[in-house]
Amino acid sequence: MSVSPPDGSVSALHPAARGKLPSATSPDAGESPQDPSPDTGESPQNPPAAHPDAGESAPSATPARDGLSGLSAAALFTAGIAALAGSVVICVRVGSSDVGYSDLAGALGRRLGLVTEPLPPLLDSLIWDLRLPRVLLSALVGASLAVCGAALQAVTRNALADPYLLGVSSGASTGAVAVTVLSVGSGSLGLTGGAFAGALVSFGLLMLLLRRTGLDSSRIVLTGVVVGQLFTALTSLVLMTSGDADITRAITHWLLGSMASARWDAVAVCAVTGAAGMVVVQACAPALDGFSFGADTAASLGVDVRTTRLVLLVTTALLTSTAVASVGAIGFVGLIVPHGVRFLAGPLHRVLLPFTALAGGIFLVWADTLARVAFSPQEVPVGVFTALLGVPLFLLVLRRRGEL
Amino acid sequence: MEGLSWSASGRDIVRDVDLEVRPGETLGLIGPNGSGKSSLLRCLAGIRPASAGAVRYDGQDIRGWSARRIARHTAFVEQATEAETDLRLGDVVALGRMPFRGRWRGPDRTDREVVDAALARLGLTGLRNRAWRTLSGGERQRAHIARALAQRPRCILLDEPTNHLDVRHQYELMDLLAGTDRTVLVALHDLSLAARYCDRLVLMHRGSLVASGPPGTVLTPGRLRGVFGIDAETGHDRLGNLTVACRGVARDPA
Repeated sequence: MSVSPPDGSVSALHPAARGKLPSATSPDAGESPQDPSPDTGESPQNPPAAHPDAGESAPSATPARDGLSGLSAAALFTAGIAALAGSVVICVRVGSSDVGYSDLAGALGRRLGLVTEPLPPLLDSLIWDLRLPRVLLSALVGASLAVCGAALQAVTRNALADPYLLGVSSGASTGAVAVTVLSVGSGSLGLTGGAFAGALVSFGLLMLLLRRTGLDSSRIVLTGVVVGQLFTALTSLVLMTSGDADITRAITHWLLGSMASARWDAVAVCAVTGAAGMVVVQACAPALDGFSFGADTAASLGVDVRTTRLVLLVTTALLTSTAVASVGAIGFVGLIVPHGVRFLAGPLHRVLLPFTALAGGIFLVWADTLARVAFSPQEVPVGVFTALLGVPLFLLVLRRRGEL
Repeated sequence: MEGLSWSASGRDIVRDVDLEVRPGETLGLIGPNGSGKSSLLRCLAGIRPASAGAVRYDGQDIRGWSARRIARHTAFVEQATEAETDLRLGDVVALGRMPFRGRWRGPDRTDREVVDAALARLGLTGLRNRAWRTLSGGERQRAHIARALAQRPRCILLDEPTNHLDVRHQYELMDLLAGTDRTVLVALHDLSLAARYCDRLVLMHRGSLVASGPPGTVLTPGRLRGVFGIDAETGHDRLGNLTVACRGVARDPA
């Protein structure tokens, strides 16, 4: 594929997002069988002592002939889930004021009715209302974005595809800005609702433009870029005419992605859409493999190309829209995590997708924790850290594959 | 028992072509660039729906068949295309089992056996773990053929499969195709190769079928001049195989 790197994402507002795609790279193929431990790539920033279960036994396991053979894949997947759970626990503890395991257990136990002795209200609230939803939301959003990235890279046969390829993040920003400037709705709910509506509108426009073309892969990319640019321009227009510096700053911050506003309602929404979406994408796993050689070969292998593309576009758009509306446009997760996992677990989507979800979750949990504590009490938008962590990882993957 | 018959007519690309392919035969599709060979093959493979007319497998119209059902019957090998993929050669061949697998199921023992057999058939067993981009054009082409065989199709459609192959591999491939008991429909540019291996040839020109029949009756100097615009002589070598020798571009194409 030679489609130029699409930057479907926001741009006018913050040049930082521009750097999101390493345009010179053309990461294509070639996987060499190697250490398949799914963890080494995603959470290199593990505190040394932190991860009892994350070193991931991964006995330099056989990079089996068929990608990962059933048994070792299942074992690794279980280990991955343990790693994700471990990451969640550890990251809930880390922060401006430390939380002990017993505190965490107490807060959880009380909700489950196991422990009656209440924690100090402030501590309980810190754990239950702030840290836990935030970490869980990071895991869910990370998993969703990574799976969307993997799916879109296969559907468009473009190694640089990421979840914002379809322009939904630009639509979301327009929606968010419009709601903020026009003061529709209230507080973060209005922002989230507006962003979600904006994302859906931009996706609707995309599908309208693609209606006649049969969802050809390069057309998806080009049309996505066009739609993204349109909504970026609209966002700028609204911002400039409203002329409120505070709003501009708030929106810019939001667009770079922040988990700071994570609450349980967002967790619930992302959990439901995330789970449903990932099941749908997983159901398309064989078809995604079939797309490797283009639509015609896929069709000759029994893939209903048009329906599959439509289902995948709608699913990824909904997943991405939900994520963007909740936490802003967090870059890089959807681009690099699939590449990293493909490098480790092989390119077959049946195995790739579940590992991508786990890796995306772990990656974002740690990135957000870093964003929280690195310059505490100042909080950095998590998008900054996904890029800071992502770029070296991406270069490492390219290097190991002999492409750099 | 297979009687594949179809007639498809597209507005421009393929016009009112009627043809019946007999089970087990090797049918060569020849014609200049843009004569509609590829489009015809795509119609036949159910990838492009015929705008008029019908494609029939065993007398049954495939309109309304699912892609999956078609794929269990007919395999299609595209003209060599660039693909940047992380798949290994073995993975690519295993794609041929897709039409037989459920959404949620991995390959079972039958799938593995069929893939192993297809790899062995094409002499690719030793290369199964090689990454796709490290393979030569010939190896890739053979992998695609193995993938098609792994579909266990009754009919294989191939678009210019000998492109990118050196002479020896061209002959090896054609030996293999002609040697299967499957129905093979192959678009070819090399007329000598077509004459040598195909039971029947179909000559296409500007989307229409100009002639069909045994190579000797289709490849006449007059037709070659009219369709390809070349001055050619046909003859027989010492083994009795039909040969086509091109003398050059025809001065006054008929």
